[in-house]
Amino acid sequence: MVQPASTQAPQDVVARTAAVIADANGLEGPLLPILHGIQEEFGFVPNESLPVITQALNISKAEVHGVVTFYHDYRRAPAGRHVLKICRAEACQSMGSDAVAARIQQLLGIGFHETAADGSVTLEPVYCLGLCACAPAAMLDGEVIGRLDAEKLDEIVAEVRS
Amino acid sequence: MTAVIYIPDDSGALALGADRVARVVQAGLSARGLDAKIVRNGSRGAYFLEPMVEVETTEGRFAYGPVSAKDVPSLFDADFLTGGAHRLALGDPEKIPFFAKQTRLTFARCGITDPLSLDDYRRHGGLAGLEKAVAMAPADIVKTVTESGLRGRGGAGFPTGIKWNTVLNATADRKYIVCNADEGDSATFADRMIMEGDPFVLIEGMAIAGIATGATKGFVYIRSEYPHAVDKMRRAIEIARRAGVLGTAVLGSHNAFDMEVRVGAGAYVCGEETSLLNSLEGKRGVVRAKPPLPAIQGLFGRPTVINNVISLASVPIILDKGPTFYKDFGMGRSRGTIPIQIAGNVKYGGLFETAFGLTLGEIVDDIGGGTATGRPVKAVQVGGPLGAYFPRNLFDTPFDYEAFAAKDGLIGHAGITVFDDSADMLKMARFAMEFCAIESCGKCTPCRIGSTRGVETIDKIASGIEPQKNIELVTDLCNTMKFGSLCALGGFTPYPVMSAINHFPEDFKPHPVREAAE
Repeated sequence: MVQPASTQAPQDVVARTAAVIADANGLEGPLLPILHGIQEEFGFVPNESLPVITQALNISKAEVHGVVTFYHDYRRAPAGRHVLKICRAEACQSMGSDAVAARIQQLLGIGFHETAADGSVTLEPVYCLGLCACAPAAMLDGEVIGRLDAEKLDEIVAEVRS
Repeated sequence: MTAVIYIPDDSGALALGADRVARVVQAGLSARGLDAKIVRNGSRGAYFLEPMVEVETTEGRFAYGPVSAKDVPSLFDADFLTGGAHRLALGDPEKIPFFAKQTRLTFARCGITDPLSLDDYRRHGGLAGLEKAVAMAPADIVKTVTESGLRGRGGAGFPTGIKWNTVLNATADRKYIVCNADEGDSATFADRMIMEGDPFVLIEGMAIAGIATGATKGFVYIRSEYPHAVDKMRRAIEIARRAGVLGTAVLGSHNAFDMEVRVGAGAYVCGEETSLLNSLEGKRGVVRAKPPLPAIQGLFGRPTVINNVISLASVPIILDKGPTFYKDFGMGRSRGTIPIQIAGNVKYGGLFETAFGLTLGEIVDDIGGGTATGRPVKAVQVGGPLGAYFPRNLFDTPFDYEAFAAKDGLIGHAGITVFDDSADMLKMARFAMEFCAIESCGKCTPCRIGSTRGVETIDKIASGIEPQKNIELVTDLCNTMKFGSLCALGGFTPYPVMSAINHFPEDFKPHPVREAAE
């Protein structure tokens, strides 16, 4: 169960971060696996985790900050209960993904990189899910959806709001 | 005899409802008290037929598709377990024209076997290449790969054997095999399909690469957008380790090789080999200047073979059948087969493995069947977001590295996106620049700044502000990016932009009421 770190004592974040780092013990080049682990643990990468990493790996704060902010995947704040990614790359564009993107923003009342006010869903663009022969495609909480149409969009909206 | 039902769990099939089909089939079996086993195979690659359900009959495999959950009761009524007649019946899958016309070497097992059954893998010719490799001298393995004419399938087309030879001849305390599975190009899904549908072939290819070059450790760097491929590869590696295919004694030989999966974090530029190495080391995925080549100083400064998934997955059959067998397919300096991925607005989309040499027109019109919308084909982008847009009058170009280069294009990872006549090529050119701006690692100026200036200048053309002058400016900018960027992201973004301008000039002319693209 992912709990937002903001509701927890910093000490708890430190302990759970240390546990993630311990799991990655012995890996060559452990920083990305550690950050993935932290995001899985908390739903995002809390600020309180960063000093724990710098100390464990003996690298500077700037280095960790640089890595966290370089990659699109790492969140600095909790996402909504659901995460919906809509593919915006060429193959999906050729099958009308721009209209899909406009429609879903309208239905959810949010833009890309935004989270609904009720915390139900975060909408993100993604550049290719490898579903290019069944475009337009999306990913809802890790589940892939192909050949998006009005009906499937309505189902997605119903699911994230339920 | 227990009946066997194949229902793919390839991401593409899942995206079209394969899990739901499997659940309803399972429920139907239980309700009717039928004895049958469901195997979750990979996809054969015809996504217009997915989810494609197959049954093992006395006369061989029999296929139905595309099957949705609501079709399942009628399939039971038609006695599909014995290949009964049904409106979705496709018959022997090997005889479906889309498959019958292919030459499947790398994808020979994909969609046919149980991806996580090593016994199934062996029964279908798996591990024969590795068994030969463990009995060979490393230099002979490298020679075999060189003689096969295999070139890097990631896009650059560099001869795989030459790369391996450099690593073999480098001395170091350790060496690495890195598999680039950061398949970020739109229209490409060959890497994903093989990792989900036949993961052992990649493991076998990497083990052979390790033995050939003296590397004992391998990494598969898979993009995070491919969670199913990550899961499959991890499970397959564990199975291979337990069976002694990986470990301190590969297939009982004196060779050691082990590997692990690493997951990317959503940066397209990490498909560039030096960015990928930095990412594996736990750094920002910025490009490194070359030289030094990764083959000399790669991962953690050690000699490293970095190859695309398909390059490595093509190695086992080369070792098994010999270099001449492989080399006899293809044309010119493009030898062997290439898994072409036909995507976008196309009637028969999917993966089509064939020898090099088909023309673009044959691929798009004959195999792909034209557009899904039924409108005329306007353009096809070959080679992903960094590939050129080809108009119809270049459809006689044969699928070959050199032939595409001669037409100012590239094969890349062999993905093809088809667009109908509703496509606005100015918008596509703008998107190419925008994508480059979003994904640029920031290391070199032409890419980091040029892409943003490119978007702005194309917007000016769209708004009718001095269009001729601004087209010249974009052309000049593209030249700077092409020759001044450190890697293919900035260096190849000019391909889609310039091909759109050159082949579709009418889309760049001022329109009376042209709306700015987005």
